Amino acid sequence: MNRDLSLLIGILVALLAVVLLWVFHSTLALDPGQRLASLAMERLPETGVSNPVTAVLLNYRAYDTLLELGVLLAALLGIWSLGPPRPGFQRAGPALAAMVDWVVPLAILTGGYLLWVGGHAPGGAFQAGALLGAAGVIMRLAGHANAGLPSETWQRWLVVLGAGVFTLTGLLLAFTGYGFLTYPPGQAKWLILLIETAATLAIGVTLAAAYVGGRPQPTAPPPPPLVTSASAEADR
Amino acid sequence: MIAQFLYGGAGILLFALGLWSLLVHAPLLRKLIALNIMGAGVFHVFIAIAHRGDALPPDPVPHALVLTGIVVAVSATALALALNSRLEQGENEPEPASSPSPGPRIHMQPALSTEPSSKGATHP
Repeated sequence: MNRDLSLLIGILVALLAVVLLWVFHSTLALDPGQRLASLAMERLPETGVSNPVTAVLLNYRAYDTLLELGVLLAALLGIWSLGPPRPGFQRAGPALAAMVDWVVPLAILTGGYLLWVGGHAPGGAFQAGALLGAAGVIMRLAGHANAGLPSETWQRWLVVLGAGVFTLTGLLLAFTGYGFLTYPPGQAKWLILLIETAATLAIGVTLAAAYVGGRPQPTAPPPPPLVTSASAEADR
Repeated sequence: MIAQFLYGGAGILLFALGLWSLLVHAPLLRKLIALNIMGAGVFHVFIAIAHRGDALPPDPVPHALVLTGIVVAVSATALALALNSRLEQGENEPEPASSPSPGPRIHMQPALSTEPSSKGATHP
């Protein structure tokens, strides 16, 4: 790009930043006024969870979260429609393979913990799903072409699990007379846990499949064997 | 308040840096990274706004919105990366049917050869 033009853009963007900083500073100086927080905190005991962020995500604004799972699914379908993935990385050496053997189960275990702790402390389905996805990314980096994901049919079921369970729960509640995603008193905790568990699995599989970056193959090709002179000699 | 201003102000600076990079740099990958930096700046501002009075607990609604935004940003980035790599694949390996391209070349050469002559005709 033209040097003068990029300089001009830089000056204009810097001016914009100064204006935004000034607006932000004067906003902070104002009285906070009415906040949604007081309303959210007041009704917290009825939501079935004691972590206010989880209450907002899965109870007050459950629609948002359902649509968000839809966005994830749509993005993955877009990626899958672009064709098969590129071949995976070569198989990891012994040091990396040993580390992966430790880190992946630890990530899955921590994901389960985050899912449970989301009810009363920072955590929840998205954090847990992100850890599951990270476990998949690590496995693909270490040479598992499929990122540790199950077969194509299973992947298809798992990626719709989150939005599917969410929608079915909502419809079931609507038909039993409570209204779409309006939890009956006393049942909220278990329904939220059910939805979050399904969402965790779906998010983890979706993120890992997005990292693989292509439509799953009916049968994953086996990873290429690591042929080094040392291993060839050890085989003899 | 000074802590909120520093945190949110850092977010605004990130937003401005990302916006500049998005406008100035041509490669799609750099634009994508710039967009993600802009998004991170917006998340900073949201988090800073959530904690207003020091005595009150932070507002959970902006926190939940940021969590939602992160997931949407990640999935949009993944889709954009897949589209970008597909685009590059198309550029690197032109389709065998169109790469020899006898048709366009025949059209090109008369156009190229007539250009100097027409220029010569207009500037006698």
